[in-house]
Amino acid sequence: MNNFSYTTATTAKEATGVRKDSAQAAFIAGGTTLLDLMKLNVEQHPQLVDINMVPFKGISETADGLRIGALERMSDVGENQLVVQQYPAISEALLLSASPQLRNMASIGGNLLQRTRCTYFRDTAFPCNKRNPGSGCPAQTGDNRGLAILGGSTACIATNPGDMAVAMVALDAVVTLENSKGKQRRVPLLDFHLLPGTTPQRETILEADELIVAVTVPAAAHARKSHYVKVRDRASYAFALVSAAVGLDVQGGQIQSARIAMGSVGTKPWRALEAEKMLVGKPATEASFRAAAAAAVRGAAPREHNRFKVEMAQKTIVRALQEITA
Amino acid sequence: MDTEPRFFETNGPGTGGVVGQPLNRVDGYDKVTGKAKYSAEFPLQGLVYGVLKGSEIAKGKIQSIDTTAAMKEPGVLAVLTHQNLPKLAKTPNDQEGKKAIGAPMGFLPLTSDVVHYAGQPVALVVADTFERATHAASLVRVQYAVEKPLASYQDPKAEIFNPEKVQDDKTKGYTRRGDAQAALASAPVKHSATYTHAINHHNPMEPGSTTAIWESADRLTVYESTQGITRTQKSLATMLGLPQEQVRVVTKYLGGGFGCKGSSWPHTVLTVQAAKAVNRPVKLVLTRQQMFTGMGHREDQTQTLQIGATKEGKLLALVHEKTSTTSPWDNYAEPNSRIINLLYDCPTFESSYQLARANVMTSTFTRAPGEAPGSFAIECSMDDLAYQLGIDPLEIRLRNYAEKDPTNGKPWSSKSLKQCYARGAELFGWNKRNPKAGDTRDGRYLIGMGMATASYPVHNSQGTARVRLYADGHAVVQSGATDLGTGTYTVMTQVAADALGLAPDKVRFELGDSRLPTAPNSGGSVAAGTVSSSVYVAAQEVWQKLKKLAIADKKSPLYRAKVEDVIVEKNRMVLKANKQKGEDFAALMKRNEMSDIEGTGNGKYGAGYESGLAPGPADSGHQDDKGGHSMHSFGAHFCEVHVDAELGTVRVTRWVSVHGAGRILNAKTARSQIIGGNIFGIGAALMEETFRDPNFARYTNASLGEYHIPVNADIPEMTVEFIEEHDPYINAMGVKGIGEISMVGVAAAVANAVFHATGKRVRDLPITPDKVMGVLSV
Repeated sequence: MNNFSYTTATTAKEATGVRKDSAQAAFIAGGTTLLDLMKLNVEQHPQLVDINMVPFKGISETADGLRIGALERMSDVGENQLVVQQYPAISEALLLSASPQLRNMASIGGNLLQRTRCTYFRDTAFPCNKRNPGSGCPAQTGDNRGLAILGGSTACIATNPGDMAVAMVALDAVVTLENSKGKQRRVPLLDFHLLPGTTPQRETILEADELIVAVTVPAAAHARKSHYVKVRDRASYAFALVSAAVGLDVQGGQIQSARIAMGSVGTKPWRALEAEKMLVGKPATEASFRAAAAAAVRGAAPREHNRFKVEMAQKTIVRALQEITA
Repeated sequence: MDTEPRFFETNGPGTGGVVGQPLNRVDGYDKVTGKAKYSAEFPLQGLVYGVLKGSEIAKGKIQSIDTTAAMKEPGVLAVLTHQNLPKLAKTPNDQEGKKAIGAPMGFLPLTSDVVHYAGQPVALVVADTFERATHAASLVRVQYAVEKPLASYQDPKAEIFNPEKVQDDKTKGYTRRGDAQAALASAPVKHSATYTHAINHHNPMEPGSTTAIWESADRLTVYESTQGITRTQKSLATMLGLPQEQVRVVTKYLGGGFGCKGSSWPHTVLTVQAAKAVNRPVKLVLTRQQMFTGMGHREDQTQTLQIGATKEGKLLALVHEKTSTTSPWDNYAEPNSRIINLLYDCPTFESSYQLARANVMTSTFTRAPGEAPGSFAIECSMDDLAYQLGIDPLEIRLRNYAEKDPTNGKPWSSKSLKQCYARGAELFGWNKRNPKAGDTRDGRYLIGMGMATASYPVHNSQGTARVRLYADGHAVVQSGATDLGTGTYTVMTQVAADALGLAPDKVRFELGDSRLPTAPNSGGSVAAGTVSSSVYVAAQEVWQKLKKLAIADKKSPLYRAKVEDVIVEKNRMVLKANKQKGEDFAALMKRNEMSDIEGTGNGKYGAGYESGLAPGPADSGHQDDKGGHSMHSFGAHFCEVHVDAELGTVRVTRWVSVHGAGRILNAKTARSQIIGGNIFGIGAALMEETFRDPNFARYTNASLGEYHIPVNADIPEMTVEFIEEHDPYINAMGVKGIGEISMVGVAAAVANAVFHATGKRVRDLPITPDKVMGVLSV
């Protein structure tokens, strides 16, 4: 770990101004990923700007849905009654993440930016195109059990590791960003994360001087009837092998609208739009669910150790859909 | 002294003693309040910090090391490399040196420019703060001539060979008893299966650490995180060319070991040399990542076990083969065949070990070394055989029950396995089990019940303790043992209290310092038996001295009695024939103006209270008791699992373990230790796996984030019981030890339950959801 300076910002402008001048500086909120990566020498920042005093707070009901300030903590959002009742998949995803200690620290904005757990990325002795562009991707023929079967490239198959973003992307969340000029823009979470392609070092559309202000999620029948299922190697405190966030609006046995996203199978939180379309107008039966799940993994390109994810992802989607219609 | 009433008679259950009672840990308060000092927590004047830099590559040569940038950092005192490490009198780099040192590995980093494994220390940076040393270590630039490494025996390029001996010459590479091949060929029923075991790491909570202080040019003190103070002392003295007594090793508390702290690994002597180089005390603590390449591991391995049996399930032949990865220098393989040879009555047996050298450090003992993976093979195969023949898994084990040691025909010193089976089955409700596999379902879960046998030898061992009894009624008892966190402080306090007739709060037990009487390594389950026997025997010497004093003392009621007519009851010496006549030690000592009296004792393997050897003279040469008994612990596990029928996740939902392991010194700490071993085994069964990249021969998941050990949610409430055994042969206290056996058979019990749940067998550990889902889909 390098020496670094530490400053506190109380306004967004103050914070983003630092990053405008020095792209090497980093914002720190909960620090649950950043400090890890700095200790591992994966990231080196000469300056940390503490943004915890920036007033991006609040979990509130707006005219068209839910608004969560980027600096709210995972535990607070996960336990918030509005979220629990109206957006259960988001609450479940949060409460199945990490540990209580980490959830008490980690912020919503930071969680959206959580970096991959690809073991090659996290050990600087290995080549890694994401960490050191052009150096290679040993994961392609190595320890890829936890890595992506969808959205990968020959340069990178690193999985997006989170839970919350999977639930949010399923429920059409939109992120609000603000730059150093104070200008805000709204971006669907679906478009927020980038596929690795040949530039795996670029992970989101966030500009250097932009901060995440808030996440909004539209209210919907399928959001109220949403659910998150996480499959992992141990009962708690582990990243998903695969996960699924689903939402369904079923009227008279017929599906009116459907939402499906998968975690730990894609290089970004993986929305299965095709599968959702297939469900609309269909009866809420296991047969429909299976057909949709098959569509969700179409085009999967597994490697040696993550072949199981093709089947497990489908079964997880079916499980999640069955559980909300049970 | 052979006529002396023995411990069981005076202090057994019902005699009011504290041995066996569930006493709270005497060190519990100090631990939870942070007062207990672990080896890296001693504040020392002028202490500086060492940080290792590990090799990025797994094979090659160091062409150059640029330490300029590191040396320029503020606070940096030294950067040690193979070019400037202070010279050692001896290194383990040749087999003679390795043997003399007792090193776990025939190679010491920083003594040559060759890189043999990823993470091998290539530099040690010393600075005035830990942070500065850490940062400076990252600035050391090494140029390597990189060669293509070999990652494991599974690499097609690996050269498999048959070693003459494995496990550092302790186990033969090939053994046979009878003609197993012929017996197998003609057996009416045959079974053959291949099992793999992932690389496992010990991952104790407390990482390895060394704090080295050169008191003078030739006197060294080391605060070390070790299971064996004396072994560390000898290793260091040999490497440094110092008399052993000029090296002092201190380990007051240990945050777990599980075998990785059983020997002296490179970081220890390197820290000592760093302290020499900077002429300051140096502390070095391995990082969690370095723990994966710093203190050994359980090797990756494949076992094939062939069984020949009668149609009634009686074993006729066992043929076992193991292939595993070892380092470039050593022939290490944990001795899996030992338990396969011993567990059941089978007339023939054959075992062979194959090794392949790869670019890895030498593997080492990992909890229940040999017995853990060996029991996985035999206990899964026995289960298969039971299903194949339509016999209950417990019944097939009873049909092959070994009434004497099948490897040598000797009688057991004690064996309560039948009682363990019976009690375990009763507690678990084994008779309610559906005999059919894959046939019990509760909603989405397939329910399975499995069981397995456990066994572990009582190893040859001896040690010494000193008891000092004070006239005011308190005692200080000492032995250079270590407490891994398992309760040594507590149980030895209990033993001393009963042996002296004192309340436990009047006894202070001291351990963890090479200045104290020598104790064995806390490993192989020898500590509890050896140290407790030493304490007991030392207390007998105190009584012997007091008796002699009393019968020579005109004012004593025992004046002129014969020594053999005087017995001890609690804290009093009385006449055997007239127990009213006697006095307590305090009165006697005060009258004789003695403030204290001392005794020492040697606790030995095979010197049980009926063998005539306890508490006789030391005899370290003998390998067995005079009666020629085979000495082992036995036990049985029963468990229930819920397997998600679609997703393949396995959750252990119920657990029962019953062991017969000689005298249990403390019901509470023993129960905790068994639970710990069960959890360790469940980890190996379901989730623990270190992944070594096949191309880079480097671990990819060297962290507790990615190397999964069980969390609370993975572990159900566990029932643990012991069958009371009074083993008169093992040692003076009749204690067999429980640290190792607690893990034996656990993985097999889980795997057998998974089979019972699903009707499918997973033979590759760990049994992760992907593997279970895979076999369920077929």
